[in-house]
Amino acid sequence: MGSATTNTTSSSTADTTGDAAGTGGVLLEVTGLRKHFPIKRGIIFQKQVGLVKAVDGLNFTVRRGETFGLVGESGCGKSTTGRLLTRLLRPTDGQIVLNGQDISYLPQRQVRPIRRDMQMIFQDPFSSLNPRHTVGSIVGAPFRLQRVETEGGIKRAVQELLELVGLNPEHYNRYPHEFSGGQAQRIGIARALALRPKLMVCDEPVSALDVSIRAQIINLLQDLQEEFDLTYVFIAHDLSVVRHISDRVAVMYLGHIVELGEARQIYQHPLHPYTHALLSAIPISDPDVDQARERILLTGDVPSPLNPPSGCPFRTRCWKAQDICRTERPPLAEKATGHQVACHFPEDRALIPASDR
Amino acid sequence: MIRYIVRRLIAVAGILLVICGITFVIFYVLPADPATLACGRACTPERIAEIQHQLGLDRPIYQQFFDYVVGIFAGRTFGTGEAAVQCPFPCLGFSYQNNLPVWSLLMDRLPVSASIAIGAAALWLLVGLGAGVISALRKGSLWDRGAMVVALSGVSLPVYFTALVLLYVFYIRLELIPYPEFVNPFTDPAGWISAMILPWITLAFLFSAMYARLTRAGMLDTMAENYVRTARAKGLPERTVVVKHGMRAALTPVITIFGIDLGQLLGGALITETVFGMPGVGQLAYQAIGTIDQPVIMGVTLFAAFFIVFANLIVDILYAVLDPRVRYT
Amino acid sequence: MTSLLEVEDLRVRFSTEDGVVRAVDGVSFEVDRGQTLGIVGESGSGKSVTSLAIMGLLRGRFTVEGSVTLGGDELVRADPDFVRELRGNRMAMIFQDPLSSLHPYYTVGNQIIEAYRLHTGATKRVARKRAVDLLGRVGIPQPEGRIDDYPHQFSGGMRQRVMIAMALACDPELLIADEPTTALDVTVQAQILNLIADLQEEFGTAVILITHDLGVVAGVADEALVMYAGRPVEHGTLRQVFYEPRHPYTWGLLSSVTRLDREPEHRLRPISGNPPSLIDVPSGCPFHPRCPYRMLPEPCSTEVPEYAPVNGGHLVACHLSEQERTETFARDILPRVQSSVRKGG
Repeated sequence: MGSATTNTTSSSTADTTGDAAGTGGVLLEVTGLRKHFPIKRGIIFQKQVGLVKAVDGLNFTVRRGETFGLVGESGCGKSTTGRLLTRLLRPTDGQIVLNGQDISYLPQRQVRPIRRDMQMIFQDPFSSLNPRHTVGSIVGAPFRLQRVETEGGIKRAVQELLELVGLNPEHYNRYPHEFSGGQAQRIGIARALALRPKLMVCDEPVSALDVSIRAQIINLLQDLQEEFDLTYVFIAHDLSVVRHISDRVAVMYLGHIVELGEARQIYQHPLHPYTHALLSAIPISDPDVDQARERILLTGDVPSPLNPPSGCPFRTRCWKAQDICRTERPPLAEKATGHQVACHFPEDRALIPASDR
Repeated sequence: MIRYIVRRLIAVAGILLVICGITFVIFYVLPADPATLACGRACTPERIAEIQHQLGLDRPIYQQFFDYVVGIFAGRTFGTGEAAVQCPFPCLGFSYQNNLPVWSLLMDRLPVSASIAIGAAALWLLVGLGAGVISALRKGSLWDRGAMVVALSGVSLPVYFTALVLLYVFYIRLELIPYPEFVNPFTDPAGWISAMILPWITLAFLFSAMYARLTRAGMLDTMAENYVRTARAKGLPERTVVVKHGMRAALTPVITIFGIDLGQLLGGALITETVFGMPGVGQLAYQAIGTIDQPVIMGVTLFAAFFIVFANLIVDILYAVLDPRVRYT
Repeated sequence: MTSLLEVEDLRVRFSTEDGVVRAVDGVSFEVDRGQTLGIVGESGSGKSVTSLAIMGLLRGRFTVEGSVTLGGDELVRADPDFVRELRGNRMAMIFQDPLSSLHPYYTVGNQIIEAYRLHTGATKRVARKRAVDLLGRVGIPQPEGRIDDYPHQFSGGMRQRVMIAMALACDPELLIADEPTTALDVTVQAQILNLIADLQEEFGTAVILITHDLGVVAGVADEALVMYAGRPVEHGTLRQVFYEPRHPYTWGLLSSVTRLDREPEHRLRPISGNPPSLIDVPSGCPFHPRCPYRMLPEPCSTEVPEYAPVNGGHLVACHLSEQERTETFARDILPRVQSSVRKGG
């Protein structure tokens, strides 16, 4: 089996995670987070012709040791959110507090030391690995950038990491193109893991992989989480993958969170019509279950974020829309403990056949 | 579409003005004093001051620049009183060498450069695009490899070498054609062609080679596109697939480069003109630089820049006609 | 009685600098009118090459062998012009990425009309009316107003609808959909799959749906063919493949997918290793290096398993005996594929 084993932790790796004492405390707190991209035209004299509100007022917290799933379709702002959290982008407005420190508007120079605590894994494993660098130098780069001393040198640390993610440590001197997609993603994970971060933002980490490989990577992520007490923000469009790995889930639509709750709540008692539509659209690889369940077919496409609908962003595709939905945006309000929804007409609707166990 | 063209025209005017400003600064302000140059050898300080006044050089630089630009569009008068010299529209000043208006110097030379450029362009489009398309469709064949070897040599051989070889073979050894010289195409078309053919072939050899390589690469990319597969999946005959679905997309970028190349050649093909002794715009520039004849240098620069910028404009409009995606953004 | 499409021992190979690639190595199946066959496989399984071979779209360096008949007409050995006449007419295809599959320079109307006029000889006006009808039929609002728009002016889902309209222009008997929804959002995927199913019902088209997603097959297909390394490994009705699978690779796929209806407590059981390179396909059974039930060295690494029926048209290529397969499935796999507990148990 290609997945990682848990018996390779050396003494040098365990202590960095020591302060993440237990789960339950808040690791990441996001308040009123916004990212607007101006659309400019003109070569010399640029004028702003529009504004894409990619992320428009997010509030959520991520607890230590949990996996927080962020789901939605293309253009919903989930990837932008991931980039904001890791400060690859600078927010337009709002606050990101990581581990008690406000990192929202830190200049890049001051963000670098924080990268020890938060790392990102990307969708396309190959394009995020420099093809001219060896695996050793890719995975070892964080040590050099952060000037971290490692016991037995960087090479040894890298080889331990490679082993940890289920790669052959002897492949230290190989180049990314010599690996398959799944292996390349393991390299990306090893690099992210190098400095033992507290938070890992995984942006569609398995979408580009073959089915059989996908499961390997998901298992690996789960093993690493357990071993290093990692906190994940897991961004994906596939709700079945998110269900499998997440403790809590936020559903995004056009830059807003429309529903947020424990995974159990989102999947078994979804309240928002968009969540209903998403859940009923995900294919289930079981003919009887798939063909017997209720289908909600949405009409039309996601509206352009350049020109979003007034009021509730989902109203143009919603079968329950009333006048109030056009005039008033429903706030994200708590309907049950820890279960928030932004809808004027929420409804608990079981769309997934309950499994037998 | 019309708004697009108008916007582009305004941009073109802006770009030309900037080029004008830069050349003005370079040729009038930085190096030797124009008045000294215009004056010649035996020169008194009084004479220089007089010329400075005559040329308007005693005025502030922005004023000089303003006068120059206005002169282009409205003509201007140098000096005052009896010494006044009228320089009609479009005024680019007078040559220091022979006191002729720069504009008429340019107009004398333009037919030569235009003849070389247009004839060569027609030739290289025909040969370059044709060879490129056929090479791409028969990738790896003997034809393809042969054509690409020829193309490689075409790109690497210097123009003067090609020109001299052609002259030697066709004029000296075979005596097939007269020595190249400029013949008016309207009075003697046949004579024009036979007199210009060697410069055309010389330039076309270089450019065909470049265009064949570009076209081949573009065609190979396009024919591997998914939409070409779709065209085949629809059952279209291969000829339709290649011509309608492949070539239009593959040749659009080539057109862009063609515009720039043609614009550049209209502003003078120095080496070709020199080797064949043709008095084109390039030759004019060359002589002017040799004698630091600033008004002429400046005039040729602007003239060439105009062609390049204008050719670019035409190309952009053409591009928008060909590619609907450009039109709507 | 013969089926509309019969594929018999189809083989496709091409040579590269590194050696001969056997992209498809002995695939056989039939699809009848009104039927949907789902072909499932990972990258490099040969599923897409199979479809291109059927359509006669493999050109140049490819060698295609075997037999493909559409309504009794042999295609593999036929004159390329004859096959071309059938393309877009009696058989049509839609692709994964609708944006790059549509020509950016021509209006969608132009692209639909082009094929229709070619195959039917209709006048421009008739063809245009047909194109408007088709666009409306595939669910594009105000088709009269959109027929002269360019592909980039449509959304991803709408583009795939345009592709479908184009494919259906001449009422094809066979429609091949190669990963038609992979590039689309899930809610749009549901719309497109629904549309294909509707149209199939209406026109009685035979559909081959190629996908890597078992869930998509479970939702719309009648039969499923599982491919691995260019070879068919299992083929049966949907019930056979999902509820009584007999090949360890199918087992691996079923137990490695995340399922929406499954509580997340239990771990996924992935297939170990990576899909093989087609230049260097493992000897014997191509799946043996990744198979937990292999018998080494013989016969799994030495002999290619026979692709043979187990019962009622259920075909499997595996060296395990039928008894070993049923026992292993009941013992190891069934408990993991939860809903099947309900069905099978």
